[in-house]
Amino acid sequence: MFSPAILTAAIVNGLLTGAVYALVALGLTLVYGVLHIINFAHGALLTAAMFAAFFAYQQLGLDPYLAAFLLAPAFFALGYGLQRFVIGPASHGDDRNMLLVTLGIAVIIENALLYAFRADTRTIDLPYAFTTFNIGITFIAVPRLVGFAAVFAVALALWLLMTMTDIGRAIRAVAKEKLGAQLAGIDVAHVYAVTFGLGAACVAIAACLLIPSYYVNPSAGNAFVLVAFTIVVLGGMGSVPGALVGGLVIGVVESLSSLFLGDSLGQVGIFIIFIAVLLVRPSGLFGARA
Amino acid sequence: MKTWTPIAVVVVLLAAVPVLASNVVLNFLVVALMIALAGQGWNILGGYGGQYSFGHAAFFGTGAYVTAILQARYGVNAWVAFAMGIAAGALVGAVIGGLTFRSGLRGSYFALVTLAFAEVLRILASVAPITGAGVGTLVKLDLRVGAMQFHSRAVFYWLILALVAAALIITRLIERSRFGVWLVAVRENEDAALALGVDATAVKLAAMAISGAITAAAGGFYVQYFLFIDSGLAYGTWISIDALLTPIIGGVGTVFGPLLGALVARALGEAAQWLTGDAPGLDLVAYGAVLVLVIAFMPRGLIGGLADMRRWLTRRPAVEAGHG
Repeated sequence: MFSPAILTAAIVNGLLTGAVYALVALGLTLVYGVLHIINFAHGALLTAAMFAAFFAYQQLGLDPYLAAFLLAPAFFALGYGLQRFVIGPASHGDDRNMLLVTLGIAVIIENALLYAFRADTRTIDLPYAFTTFNIGITFIAVPRLVGFAAVFAVALALWLLMTMTDIGRAIRAVAKEKLGAQLAGIDVAHVYAVTFGLGAACVAIAACLLIPSYYVNPSAGNAFVLVAFTIVVLGGMGSVPGALVGGLVIGVVESLSSLFLGDSLGQVGIFIIFIAVLLVRPSGLFGARA
Repeated sequence: MKTWTPIAVVVVLLAAVPVLASNVVLNFLVVALMIALAGQGWNILGGYGGQYSFGHAAFFGTGAYVTAILQARYGVNAWVAFAMGIAAGALVGAVIGGLTFRSGLRGSYFALVTLAFAEVLRILASVAPITGAGVGTLVKLDLRVGAMQFHSRAVFYWLILALVAAALIITRLIERSRFGVWLVAVRENEDAALALGVDATAVKLAAMAISGAITAAAGGFYVQYFLFIDSGLAYGTWISIDALLTPIIGGVGTVFGPLLGALVARALGEAAQWLTGDAPGLDLVAYGAVLVLVIAFMPRGLIGGLADMRRWLTRRPAVEAGHG
């Protein structure tokens, strides 16, 4: 019922959107893989980063792609501090408390933003926002292509960090066997905080990639984080390749179900996958531990 | 005596409030008790059963929509519609519980699934014609007892108080029953409970159905009080957060925790709102902050904190009692 050209365009667009979803999911899955909790503050951090990128451009004229190089370390520090000084101490080592504390932080961040900036939706005007070029089968907007490439660059950097560095080895050790790692002299609280910081840095980069073509308001991050939950579950909680593949799959699913069912039901398609995967195969496609 | 007296005293004291209070105070209390009721539902599953749901809006919204739609579209009597709303809440609880507990989902996974179900329902309700989609559903103003609408705010107040009292009694009955003991056993150590022959899945399922029914009652009451519901109000995250916040602030897994937590949380929210004028957001910032602070410094909530304080005051030099 749709011409091949429209379908191709939808799939390509889905892949491009899916890459940014994957980056948001990457932060989430990283935290889950090591701390074994879902970070419910992830969406709020994304929103905060989008505001930061927005104001960096509006007030300082800083291009979002350059702002990423500032915001990523800033959010790493923020995430590190949150886990080290708030979430960790407040939850007394209980997983359920940790979930609740991240939820509490999400509520605080989101509503502080609402108080400060009201519910207004803001967008920025970049000269290249609507520049497109023809890749033969369809047209692609420049910001989305940059986003796509950047996501894989970040994933590669993360992979190098995990495999080549001492802190990467420590993170993997804690993820596998916390007690053993502790006995081997690894500072688990520090590793947890670094992991949380890396998750926040992923979100900061995702925000900078999103802001040229997306809007920001105090609940903008939520739309992404629910999708990111789905991706993480689909790919297998804690699995990095799972997050990447899952992100692309979900991007395409959303794009196609919007095409066939209309925009408002596009998200329902995602959630049906989410619930189905949880019920049928909770360990996800890439089979990380449940 | 010790089992039932506190409930009777609290309910009788609260029932006397309309004699003294202004309409503003009553309105505050009606909303606080409605939140407390939603929290009492959460507390059965989360507090006693240890299954932390992040999506109790699924039950609140279902209770609200069923109550509203049956009246507005099918002309069903309000009381009957309200009862059907409660039953629908139990049914939704049983269905979600049946799907999730059978696949052994716990902890983070359970929190995620409940959140996802609430979100799916919200999106469906925002597009389905039967819910009025984006416009929402209005219940006709009809101030008769038969229509479950009252001239005086005090009667609404007594109605929600009666519902809260019923939930308090149900909670106490569960606490004293064999079922309640099983439920706590599952919370403390599910594998050990299984080893002792407790059918953990069935126990959690029953708890979730009861939990869903109680929270759905809060939703049905919401519709009768405000005569309007839409997808954001019914299935929005605000009610999921309120439902878990109140027992955690008051004292998770205690009979009075949700009631105490709802009163304190609402009072703090109102105070924050009043301090900052009408700007939205700060009341919820206060909620979030209280949630984090209570978990950090009073993990057993206000009730646990008060108990610790009393013990500390009465026998000061005694050995530091371990938590829990």
